[in-house]
Amino acid sequence: MELHQGSLDVEAIFSKWLHEEEASNYGAYIPFVGTIRAEDGIEALSFDIYEPVLQQWFDNWVKKAEELGAKVKMAHAIGDVPVHTSSYISAVFSPKRRVALELIDEFVEDFKANAPIWKYDVKEGKRIYAADRSTPMNGSGLLSK
Amino acid sequence: MVKVEFLGPMAQESIELEAKTLADVATQLQKIDSIAAWLDKCAVAVNDQMTADLGMVLKEGDKISILPPVCGG
Repeated sequence: MELHQGSLDVEAIFSKWLHEEEASNYGAYIPFVGTIRAEDGIEALSFDIYEPVLQQWFDNWVKKAEELGAKVKMAHAIGDVPVHTSSYISAVFSPKRRVALELIDEFVEDFKANAPIWKYDVKEGKRIYAADRSTPMNGSGLLSK
Repeated sequence: MVKVEFLGPMAQESIELEAKTLADVATQLQKIDSIAAWLDKCAVAVNDQMTADLGMVLKEGDKISILPPVCGG
């Protein structure tokens, strides 16, 4: 897992991951790239990350992938990411395509639901929490009981 | 004392509380209006481990993190 200040260098990360696994005998490499779209007048999106819990979330996925003979990788941006640049890349390597195709779906969806990352729209230089696009993590509401 | 920190958009300073269990923390946070409004949609970590156990026993110096709704990517 890697965290970068600002936009991700997609080509460099793709290339690095490819070379890291070029002798691993994986038959499939499936990357997912998240790019900031221009919409609702935003200049950028901005991200806060709580790294200790994110690392544990990721480590659990590493173990889950290993049990299937696969490997997961992930990169995410911290701070402001201008439109038309990338904030998030994840990838699955596996011996055969089926495991990778299924795992990238689960991995990206669980990332959206449970990775401790907070998103803000940036408009006229101000950060506005994207409350309506955010999801309570598993186990939310414990302290309201 | 335990330390409670509020992550991401909650924009609250950390606070210190006397609490023997997470339930004690819940009772005290529910009395603070600006925090109570968030609690039904927040997850909880103790010393950076996510937990779903309201009866969890706390010890001096524990760090409790309050995690509001997320949206990575």
